[in-house]
Amino acid sequence: MSETAAAARIERPAIFEERRDQIRRIGEGDFSMACNRDSLAGAVSQRACVFCGSRVVLYPIADALHLVHGPIGCAAYTWDIRGSLSSGPELHRLSFSTDLQELDVVFGGEKKLAKALDELIARHHPKAAFVYSTCIVGIIGDDLEAVCKAAGERNGIPVIPVQSEGFKGNKREGYLAACKAMRRLVGTGDVSDVSPLSVNIMGDFNLAGETWIIRRYMERMGVQVVAGITGDGRVDDIRRAHGAGLNLVQCSGSTQDLARMLRDDFGTPFIRVSWIGIEDVAESLYAIAEHFEARHPKLAAGMVERTAKLVREELAALMPQLAAIRRDLTGKRAAVYVGGSFKAFSLVKAFRHLGMEVAVVGSQTGTEEDYKELAAICSPGTIVVDDANPLELSAFIREKDVDVFVGGVKERPIAFKLGVGFCDHNHERKIALEGFEGMLNFAKEIHASVMSPVWRFVPRREAGLNRKDAEV
Amino acid sequence: MSDATVIDSESGYKGQSHVATTNACKLCTPLGATLAFKGVEGAIPYLHGSQGCATYMRRYIISHFREPMDIASSALGEKNAIYGGGPNLKKGLLNAMRKYGAGVVGVATTCLMETIGDDVARLLAEFREEFGDLPLADVVHVSTPSYSGTHMDGFHGAVKALADQLCVEKAAPTGRVNVMPGFVSPADIRHLKEICREFGLTPTVLPDYSETLDGPALLDYENIPSGGTRVADIRAMSGSVASLELGRAIGRQATAGTSLESRFGVPLHRLGLPIGLRETDSLFEALKDISGRPVPRELALERGRYIDALVDGHKYVSGLRAVVYGEEDLIIGMTSFLAEIGVKPVLVATGARNRDVAGHIRAACGDILREEPIVREGVDFFDIVEEAGTLSPDLLVGHSKGQRAAREWGVPLLRCGFPIHDRFGGPRLLHVGYRGAQNLFDRLVNLVLEKKQTDSDIGYGYL
Repeated sequence: MSETAAAARIERPAIFEERRDQIRRIGEGDFSMACNRDSLAGAVSQRACVFCGSRVVLYPIADALHLVHGPIGCAAYTWDIRGSLSSGPELHRLSFSTDLQELDVVFGGEKKLAKALDELIARHHPKAAFVYSTCIVGIIGDDLEAVCKAAGERNGIPVIPVQSEGFKGNKREGYLAACKAMRRLVGTGDVSDVSPLSVNIMGDFNLAGETWIIRRYMERMGVQVVAGITGDGRVDDIRRAHGAGLNLVQCSGSTQDLARMLRDDFGTPFIRVSWIGIEDVAESLYAIAEHFEARHPKLAAGMVERTAKLVREELAALMPQLAAIRRDLTGKRAAVYVGGSFKAFSLVKAFRHLGMEVAVVGSQTGTEEDYKELAAICSPGTIVVDDANPLELSAFIREKDVDVFVGGVKERPIAFKLGVGFCDHNHERKIALEGFEGMLNFAKEIHASVMSPVWRFVPRREAGLNRKDAEV
Repeated sequence: MSDATVIDSESGYKGQSHVATTNACKLCTPLGATLAFKGVEGAIPYLHGSQGCATYMRRYIISHFREPMDIASSALGEKNAIYGGGPNLKKGLLNAMRKYGAGVVGVATTCLMETIGDDVARLLAEFREEFGDLPLADVVHVSTPSYSGTHMDGFHGAVKALADQLCVEKAAPTGRVNVMPGFVSPADIRHLKEICREFGLTPTVLPDYSETLDGPALLDYENIPSGGTRVADIRAMSGSVASLELGRAIGRQATAGTSLESRFGVPLHRLGLPIGLRETDSLFEALKDISGRPVPRELALERGRYIDALVDGHKYVSGLRAVVYGEEDLIIGMTSFLAEIGVKPVLVATGARNRDVAGHIRAACGDILREEPIVREGVDFFDIVEEAGTLSPDLLVGHSKGQRAAREWGVPLLRCGFPIHDRFGGPRLLHVGYRGAQNLFDRLVNLVLEKKQTDSDIGYGYL
């Protein structure tokens, strides 16, 4: 009964006129989607800025100095913000800023930046320094390139400007700025000991140790990992990244630009992978093995077989445990709103293994191509949204009456206020959600939230507005 | 060192011994403004700047309060930086009013727009003229360049802007009392309201985010959460019998309190944050004066129980050496509390500058302190850790960001203030009043006991 009751609760059209073509319901007309636009003023976008894009990509490089050139906010809000683990140095977990003051804004911040660099490099001995430009640096006209070049020469390490002024586009431009910064390092290291059967793990940030899960798979397959880009990242590894035989690109937005540059400049092929779910992980591993067997038949002989064995072993351990969880979750519904659309894609499939359907799916930075692919694997009626806001997300959660929301910290209170479970699949997560073991963790996370008895006490459920309660 | 001296004179810095800031002990100015605006009924905080600022601040604030914190943004792009952000500001305001149903939009500026030099006051006047035929919400505006001051300046600035721009006429006497509590927790605001009512006074608390940032589970999602200071009550603040403004470090700054006093003759009581026994006593003295009533029995009992607890627990904490850090007003209050219970504050530090924290500590508890703590303003956690490293502290007192140092030194951290990112229940931490002091004291003693029990080989069953 409450299908209609839930629908009737949407009193006002939550959709901004200007954003009408950034929201689609699958099965209603042609699927074309507008995206990669500037966010609408006053709409409370869940997006961040160019600086954010650069900062998230470079952040996990643990032995580099990350200096934010600007007033204090941008550095303060990104201090130890991600769960990106390091197996060694942890310089990335500190927050460095030039903390520009009024006089710096009037007279320019170049001198202060140069002194800050000298001081921090002498104190921390980093392998390289990244200097992030923030909004006002672009306005006051500091010559970042010149200051960084001189500081690099004085201190004997690469000092690399990141052109990440917040207002100069959205998160995607930030990804590109980060890739350009990293490109300056690639090609400067010795690759004489790099095997042809080698990869760079790109677009994975070692949240809760996820890169290490992938590294262990590579080891079992007989593949050398040259660099984590940037999970558990090291400057010297990135310098050698051109030596890898293949680039594995996850998180389509963040590092694909670098993969393209390496393909064009060094001839390194790349494939898109996803380390989330079951089929996507298995397919990614097979694709790597098949690539190497085709290219180096002798050297890589048996790799596909080793991979098959790996997948078999992992699934044998995983599937019985999933089955128990699936029994409880079958028929439940999920909403997914994440930064990059690749993740949304994998999550839709992952939820199927839990017997669940994704009724709302969206991302901050997806491309039209991404959304078309998404639409192709979702059921009719699924809402697909680009660059959403709390008004839309809360309306969609209500309309589709979902049981769990997958997103980041900014989305969590929207779900909780509506009495809906939540799973943090963003930078702050402390539980590994990648690889086969990550799939099990994911299932446990969803189960722990959805099956909690607390939902029966929240007003919406008490009032019987829930479809399933009504059916029971 | 000589380099540092040069920089000091260039930018007028004090206290910081180096050029770069490492692990800041402050936040940027607009963040404080958004929090203050969030405490007004029907209000949506709005940042005139690029999209990232709003999103970063939302994330930071949500991680503490675990509540929705919508901040609208002009979402400025590159062409706006060249031609000005006026069109985006107007469009953004309309969206915030129409789609979110905002009754008040609290506009704060980011460093981008301050640097470009958008004249927001003029743009708002234009906005009212252009859309004068529509039922427009109130728009309150505060200038918050992040290269000047800290989030506390943004907070106080926004509170003053609300009083200045919404309370513009002398209202008929209301018998109410205005309370500007400063940046305290939702639990603190609730307790302050309760205290006023116990004295028979009806408070207008500005800002009051006790419900908007710590709300109940509800039947439906509210685009703008219920609660907050009513606009009608803000307009009527000029008719109150008195104003209480809490926070010693506000100093001689022009504030909401001074503005209401100078424009409408509302007598102003400027007090410290009522943390610990004597700062709370001062608040109660003021309330006795204003209400003409004695301290209500329930509250007197809380005071009595607190003193009883101090006696029972004094030996657990006596002589412990504490490092206190955070916002200027909070650290003065916490230092006063610690001095009263026999803990020795050895270092008191803040990222804010020129707040005369040392002078205010002397005034609040100089007669109890056997030795004045080292006071540092304009410092970051690099300074704090460096300085404290030579002071062998037993205890840290402040927000979550001291966690790394506490862990490194193996000493407990008494979490208080904002942000609490690594524990649950930050918005419900009570600091003020005798009850707040009791909570702080209980938590502190238990932190000490827990460490004692964990560290001991014996694992005492009685402590």
